[in-house]
Parts: sequence; C-alpha cells; structure tokens
Amino acid sequence: MARHGYTYSAGKLIKHGLTRGDWPRMWRRPEARSSYDVVIVGGGLHGLATAYYLAADHGMTNIAVLDKGYLGGGGSGRNTAIVRSNYLTPEGVAFYDRSLALYNSMTQELNLNVMFSRRGHLTLAHTDSALRTMHWRAEVNKLQGIDSSVIDPQEVKKEAPSLDISADTRYPILGALFHPPGGIVRHDAVVWGYARAADHLGVHMLQETEVLDILCEGGEGPDGKGTGGRVTGVRTNRGDISAPAVVNCTAGWASLISNMAGVPLPITTHPLQAAVTEPCKVFLPTVVVSGSLHVYVSQTDRGELVFGASVDPVGTYRVNGTLEFTEELAGHVLELMPGISKMRLMRQWSGLCDMTPDYSPVMGTTQVDGYFVDVGWGTYGFKAGPVAGETMAETIATGRDADLIAPFTINRFTEGDLVGEKGAAAVGH
Amino acid sequence: MIVVNCPHCGPRNSSDLRPCGEVTSRPDPATASLSEWRTYLYMRENPSGWVTEAWYCRSGCRRYFTIERNTATNETRRSEAS
Ligand SMILES: Cc1cc2nc3c(=O)[nH]c(=O)nc-3n(C[C@H](O)[C@H](O)[C@H](O)COP(=O)(O)OP(=O)(O)OC[C@H]3O[C@@H](n4cnc5c(N)ncnc54)[C@H](O)[C@@H]3O)c2cc1C
Ligand SMILES: [Zn+2]
Repeated sequence: MARHGYTYSAGKLIKHGLTRGDWPRMWRRPEARSSYDVVIVGGGLHGLATAYYLAADHGMTNIAVLDKGYLGGGGSGRNTAIVRSNYLTPEGVAFYDRSLALYNSMTQELNLNVMFSRRGHLTLAHTDSALRTMHWRAEVNKLQGIDSSVIDPQEVKKEAPSLDISADTRYPILGALFHPPGGIVRHDAVVWGYARAADHLGVHMLQETEVLDILCEGGEGPDGKGTGGRVTGVRTNRGDISAPAVVNCTAGWASLISNMAGVPLPITTHPLQAAVTEPCKVFLPTVVVSGSLHVYVSQTDRGELVFGASVDPVGTYRVNGTLEFTEELAGHVLELMPGISKMRLMRQWSGLCDMTPDYSPVMGTTQVDGYFVDVGWGTYGFKAGPVAGETMAETIATGRDADLIAPFTINRFTEGDLVGEKGAAAVGH
Repeated sequence: MIVVNCPHCGPRNSSDLRPCGEVTSRPDPATASLSEWRTYLYMRENPSGWVTEAWYCRSGCRRYFTIERNTATNETRRSEAS
C-alpha cells in the first residue's frame, strides 16, 4: 500500500503522542507548472477523487487540481454526510451503490479513518402517496440487490425509539422506507484522504488559484468557444496554464465555469442550510428523513444532532442563514421528536447547491473537445464523490463516457431523456 | 430575508412570492428546432450578478411581474408588471 506515503497506524499515534513530534503535512503546496495533462477546476471531493483515480487507476499523474479557496471549502466541507443508495431510477441505484461500495473500503484504501457508520437510513411516509413512492423505491432497489424495504410504524419505533408514532399528530407516521446499509461518514476525512493520496501519487493541488477563463479554439462561439471547439487551457489569477483536458468539478459555481467554455448548463444555484445542536447522550441510532416535513436528522458520534432541509427556494450565490429556515426546522423536528424540545442549536450554516431539473447530475464529455463536466450534484453529491471520481477518471483517460454515467451526460437534455430522481432526492440527500 | 418589490403590492418578503426563475426568450414553437426548444426549456445562464427574473405574487395580487436581482448580493431594482 504505497498509495498514501506516511502510513497512519496505532503505533504512530502512540509514538507521536509520547514524543509530541509533528505529523508530516498531508499534502504539499507545489509551484504551478505551465502545463498539465489534465486541469481539474474545483478542489472539493469530486475534483480530488477524480485526480486520485486518474493517478491510481490510469497512471496519469501530470494533473493539477485548482481551487479558488482551500480544499474542501465548498459543499464538501458543509454537507451533512449522508450516504445511501436507495434511489428511484435503476440508473441512479446502480451508480450510487457503487459509491457505497467504495465508501466501505475507503478507510483501508486511503489509510485514513473516514468513520463510515452504516447505521441504517429511514425515510418516513406521512401520506398514502408517500407510502406508494416508498413501495416503488423498495421494489426498484430489491431488483438491483439493494437492501431496502417498507416497514410499519411499530418497526419504525424499534429502529428509532425517539420518534412519535402516535396517530393523532399533525403528520402521522404511516411507515418508512428502511435502508440498513445507509449511514453517515466523516466528510472532512474523506476530502483529506483523497487529497493526501493524490498528492502522494504526484498530483498538484493548487489552492487560492481561481479560474477566470477557459481557453478554447475552433468552436462556433466567440473566442473559439462552444460547440465544435477544443480546450487549450485555463486563465487563472496566477497566470495561464495549458492543458488538453479541463474538468469542471465546481458544484455550486458550475454554471460560471461552464459558460467560460461556451457550454450552457441546465443548472440553477440554490443555498442549502443545515444546523447542529449541542451534544447529548447518543439516543438516535439511524438517519431519519421526512420528505413531507422537509427535514432530516442524524446524531454524530460526538452526540450532536445534525439537521438539514430542502434548498432555499430563491436561487442565489449568497450563503447566509435565514430565520425562516430555523423556525421551520425546529417546528418540524419537534413534530417528529417532541422529546428534544429543550435542546439548543449551536450553529447554522449554508452551502451552494447546483440544482438540475431532474435531480440527477450532468457528467462526462461535452460538445467541446477536452472539456468535461462533473456537476449538477445538488444536495446529494457527497455520497457520489467516490464513484464520480472513478467514472470521470475512466472517461477522461479513455475519452469515452464510462458505462455507469452514460445516462447522465448533457445530451439527455437535448434528447429529452431525463433521469427523474426527484422522488428520492428532493429532501433526503 | 430577501425583499422583493411587487409593482402592485409593494415590498414583500420573498417567501410571500413564488420565484419563477430567469426570463429567457421563448422561440416560436412553430419553427423552433428541437434543440432550440430544449435549450429554452432547460439551459440557464445562472450568473453571479444582475439577472432579470419572473416572480408570481402568490399571496398578494396573484399577478406575474419581472424584477432585476443581483444574485451575489440579493439587492433588487426595476420591478415591472408583466
Ligand atoms: C448543507 C448541505 C448539506 C448536504 N448534505 C449532503 C448529504 O447529506 N449527502 C450528500 O450526498 N450530499 C450532501 N450535500 C451535497 C454535497 O455537499 C455536494 O454535492 C458535494 O460536496 C459537491 O462536491 P464537489 O466536490 O463537486 O463540490 P464542492 O465541494 O462545492 O467544491 C467545489 C470547489 O470549486 C471551487 N471553485 C469554484 N469556483 C472556482 C473557480 N473559478 N476557480 C477555482 N475553483 C473554484 C470552490 O472553491 C470549491 O472548493 C449537502 C450540501 C450542503 C450545502
Ligand atoms: Zn402583488
């Protein structure tokens, strides 16, 4: 396992603890080269995982990952880290399930404890129509070998005893979709693990390097951009870098980058807010999602309750918290778990989400040669990071869209072949 | 809170209204090619800065109007009945 340089182990922990010796830096701060084989824009999980798999699986190491801020400063450092594969479409299920498999072996593969906890995932149904969608999802899931089934309120109570399952509430719990392999992961560790491993394989991570333009030639639009064109490099705040392949992994900022290549995207950017309580004794064993109440909750290993919701309705690049969110969240959570009314919220934050019309990503090759997209991750892209990295690396190395992402290319919008995941992804990220 | 000025009802919290997204120009359905139509349906500029967008005054006059909003700051200007 020479994939990660300095090996972390219990022995090293004791040694560093006793000697108080510094740990080696997880990645370098290299000087930029004037050209790379691949330039990846965006140093979140998706950009870093793509770089790692290009190096590890395809032997391509002359790669730079550019971020205007710091690694993991976007959605990758702000999400609520829910991982699951009980989606609605066969294409979605196959894709996300591969990601779950990669999460399962990640701690060993990256030699960094990502604290993946497969604690089970409950999606509550409060209406007959929601219950019907749960049955539909369960059958699609089972056909593809995913552990997923509909359970009744008594079984729900067994999985999460703090839930109020009485029939006289405003939104009674009629049942739930139960997905035992779902869970949560430590999001920062995942980002750092990929960054460390990619650095060790020779990838350059260039932080505080903002892409200002994508350089193209031969396209039908202005400056050789757009359909039929070819990528030649990027312009940054630190100068030009030439590259025959440029990958857009900028999530909430995806449209701004893509417009620079003359490739419009079916995306609008919306903030998604989350909040966390003070820590308390662990009482909530599973992840609980309620689509009708627009809320989900899990408890971290430290005992804090982490809450999330659906995106703010107004598209904007401004990330600030709103009182509407906190009020609605508190009301809805107490509807589900009246017992926690005395707990205090500690923090509330927000991140940008790149929403698509069908709640599926936009991935792979585009109408501009050498310009690749891995965007449209909305509120569900963290769980997809590993498989997105793996399949994007294959796509870039071979020049052909990997099988698992073929349904998600930008062509589906011109062909009218959308992959509707709204029923499985609008609230439960 | 994002304040949006309805030309008929005056300034309101955006949660009283329904955002309908950026205003795009609709091609003639009789002559548009499939790809022009799909571009109109799905592709968005999604800029960080000033954009003209449509709103529906859901709990007020129940009329549509357009307004310019800066998506980086959420300032608004030039509200117009449509
Ligand atoms: C509150 C919240 C909760 C969420 N919960 C979940 C969840 O439970 N499960 C789940 O699966 N997903 C969840 N998500 C979604 C998930 O966080 C994102 O889909 C995912 O992190 C996207 O990763 P990324 O690497 O593509 O993008 P990001 O991590 O956003 O990285 C994009 C990077 O691009 C950089 N960038 C932007 N513009 C430029 C430029 N011009 N030049 C250079 N760099 C640039 C940014 O600085 C940023 O670091 C949540 C999101 C939020 C906000
Ligand atoms: Zn009005």
